[in-house]
Amino acid sequence: MLGRLTLAAIPSDPIAIAGASVVVIGGLVVISLLTYFRLWKWLWSEWLTSLDPKKIGVMYLIAAVVMLARGMIDAGMMRAQQAVSVGSDQGFLAPAHFDQIFTAHGVIMIFFVAMPFMFGLLNLIVPLQIGARDVAFPFLNSLSFWLFVAGALLVNCSLVIGEFAATGWLAYPPLSEIAYSPGVGVDYYIWALQIAGLGSLFSGINFLTTILTMRSPGMTLMRMPIFVWTAAASMVLVIFAFPILTGTLGMLFLDRFAGMHFFTSDFGGNPMMYINLIWSWGHPEVYILILPAFGVFSEIVPVFSQKRLFGYTSMVIATISITVLSFLVWLHHFFTMGAGANVNAFFGIMTMVIAIPTGVKIFNWLFTMFRGRILFTSPMIWFFGFVVTFTLGGAAGVLMSIPAADFQLHNSLFLVAHFHTMIVGGVLFGYFAGLTYWFPKIFGYRLDETLGKIAAWLWIVGFVVAFVPLYILGFMGATRRLDHYDLSTGWRPLFIIAGIGVVIIACGAALQVLQLIVSYRRRHKYRDTTGDPWNGRNLEWFTPSPPPAYNFTHIPHVYGHDAFWAAKHSSVIHPAEHDDIVMQKDTGLGLYIAGFSFVAGFAIIWHIIWLIPVALVGGIVCILFRMLDEHTEYTITI
Amino acid sequence: MNIPILDPKGVVGLAEKDLIVTAAVLMALVVIPVFILTFAIAWRYRAGNSKAKYTPNWEHNRLEEFVWWAIPSLIIAALAGIAWTSSHDLDPFKPLDSSQPPLTIQVVALDWKWLFIYPEERIASVNLVEFPALRPINFQITSDAPMNSFWIPQLGGQIYAMAGMSTQLHLMADAPGIYSGASANFSGRGFAGMKFNAVAVAEEEYQKWITEVRKSPDVLDLRHYNTLAMPSENSPVSYYAWTDESLYNSIVQKFTRPKSLNTNE
Repeated sequence: MLGRLTLAAIPSDPIAIAGASVVVIGGLVVISLLTYFRLWKWLWSEWLTSLDPKKIGVMYLIAAVVMLARGMIDAGMMRAQQAVSVGSDQGFLAPAHFDQIFTAHGVIMIFFVAMPFMFGLLNLIVPLQIGARDVAFPFLNSLSFWLFVAGALLVNCSLVIGEFAATGWLAYPPLSEIAYSPGVGVDYYIWALQIAGLGSLFSGINFLTTILTMRSPGMTLMRMPIFVWTAAASMVLVIFAFPILTGTLGMLFLDRFAGMHFFTSDFGGNPMMYINLIWSWGHPEVYILILPAFGVFSEIVPVFSQKRLFGYTSMVIATISITVLSFLVWLHHFFTMGAGANVNAFFGIMTMVIAIPTGVKIFNWLFTMFRGRILFTSPMIWFFGFVVTFTLGGAAGVLMSIPAADFQLHNSLFLVAHFHTMIVGGVLFGYFAGLTYWFPKIFGYRLDETLGKIAAWLWIVGFVVAFVPLYILGFMGATRRLDHYDLSTGWRPLFIIAGIGVVIIACGAALQVLQLIVSYRRRHKYRDTTGDPWNGRNLEWFTPSPPPAYNFTHIPHVYGHDAFWAAKHSSVIHPAEHDDIVMQKDTGLGLYIAGFSFVAGFAIIWHIIWLIPVALVGGIVCILFRMLDEHTEYTITI
Repeated sequence: MNIPILDPKGVVGLAEKDLIVTAAVLMALVVIPVFILTFAIAWRYRAGNSKAKYTPNWEHNRLEEFVWWAIPSLIIAALAGIAWTSSHDLDPFKPLDSSQPPLTIQVVALDWKWLFIYPEERIASVNLVEFPALRPINFQITSDAPMNSFWIPQLGGQIYAMAGMSTQLHLMADAPGIYSGASANFSGRGFAGMKFNAVAVAEEEYQKWITEVRKSPDVLDLRHYNTLAMPSENSPVSYYAWTDESLYNSIVQKFTRPKSLNTNE
């Protein structure tokens, strides 16, 4: 009846119980608060069923922040373990538990923090920047979000019922095969990513279509803001890369569930094929995340330098080059597989070539500041933190792109430090900068600048303290994912310093929470009444803050770059078009479909066979219901 | 502080260290100017400095943009040349030049320990590998467990140990010494304990060690191997006085012919 699910699935060791309790109690607190303040109806009709990309964007951001907190707790537990588990001391985490934590940390930070943060910013800003009222497929957008939530819930569910994968965040076979990982952990991994990944693919199609078809009159491709360019490039990567992930994990699932042999060691399976495939998705994934961050900086630097972006065409060419090249470098993640000198050298050189367009972007930002009037606002602090860390991390990456050097650095903490420099110093700093910059547009008031600057500095300093020791530890021969090591290695002091860095970062994060609270309390003082608090340049500032559901009363015409800047500095008044505004009605069907997906995923994980078709039929009925509904729109007359 | 990668004791490790240093210096040629430019521009053009030139609409300069497409391109071209030649020179599969005859040692990654088979001497050891210094070692590497990575940092870079496949790594110690080795690729619960010492000694010491190993009461036939291959953590060093010379090939082959050796059958 319940498949593999028994009472034994409830965690029994103290730390696992604590983790489960946090999830359960946290959920109960939220539910009781909502009930106490009678907010369920408001929550349902204003948020959960909304098809407004701005509201979906905010929900993405909230989910990303919650999952970021969980990922950071995981990180803290790992560093704490590595600070104490030396020599005869085994630390406070058993290996099986430690292995789940680093796996969950990686999975959560990439799929359930960075991805929703990125899609959140895209939802909030892309329609506004191209002068559109909505995305191309508003219902699909809601479905994408809820599929992502279903995936995130499955990951958190594994804390309470069963276990998570203990394989590393990419679940390399044969370790992730049933022979070596018989538990439900890898199944949780597979289905959390399959369901969330489907949402990502839908979003990719949705936003690329939006950008290609819904730009306001006059906005040619070469007049789009760079953030929109980078979003488009990122979505192209999503559309090409995510099907590879889905196919690969699907094959791994068939191996585990149906006894097939795609990636097993025996019976003709080839685990190395999985590693090739997963990185064919995995490397583009890095650029899916970083390109929009580059886009954010291309918005921020001109505004706070009070000067036009330098080298727009170069930026576009660089973005497109990176998009194409990102599919030609995946093998650099496993030079050590022994593919031979010619193959390794080819992929190494392709990897280095990516550094050229990336370097051009940095120079263009620097020359945007050159002969500008730079305002050192908190988004700019994030930018300077980004330039320093990202340049160093990029250099470390180029170093590892030389195959023979990589033989000594691969899988060491040097590698871990490198990709954290790119993902934290690049992606996360970029998204934080973007969030601070666009916050007044979304919520109608600015964030507190003083707290924001201190938080940014704490993040930057904490990052350096946490990750420079890892670069050194890599040179000292420390490999990643160690739950224990000998005192004679001499690694301990550096692990402790790295742990202190995590504490500093945590202080920065705590200040960001404080910044949100303080800004909310002072929202009347920080209110943006103009719609344009930073003297902005693109169309998102051409509406009130926060914008109405339909974004623009009159769709603006665009005559060049920096459309809003041009409009502000031109005396020509262009006749506005008077059309009725057609918008999509809200619906909870996306949530229902995702709910059925969650149930189907849970049923497959636990082999509750009868429940799988039940959930699938439920989902299909919802889809049919939506397809047959002809009254999905309403009209606003101005 | 003991920094093995910057303090190599083998010809391969030394070449890889030189490569890392050369590449780092080349990259510093870009990174350092970027840092200086960043802070110089940020300071010079701060909003409070009204003396600095301000050209709010200046957005394009063909020459300047050409320069910063060109500078990184030149550095990358140099690095690409280095990457190409070093990939071939330091190909782990390539035998090392030496007047000494190479010694073949077969390495099997198990859950969670390293098995070393000496096919010429027909002896074996677990979690310790001993060999003569100044003699090229031809490691043949496979796995009878999840994928691992065979790495002795002070001697040179790593290569994966994969089931059903045999990779090669050619290393040589320049001087006698004890060099720590480990698995660099996570392989499950006992991964942290998957370490071993690589002991390089003089030729006569090595011969003495072989005699010592041959006195061990244990032998490694197929039956004992299957017991050894069962999962175990933090395994102690152990020696086997005799082993089947075809054992390594059987381990590699068993995944293509599952019934010949598979304990699960």
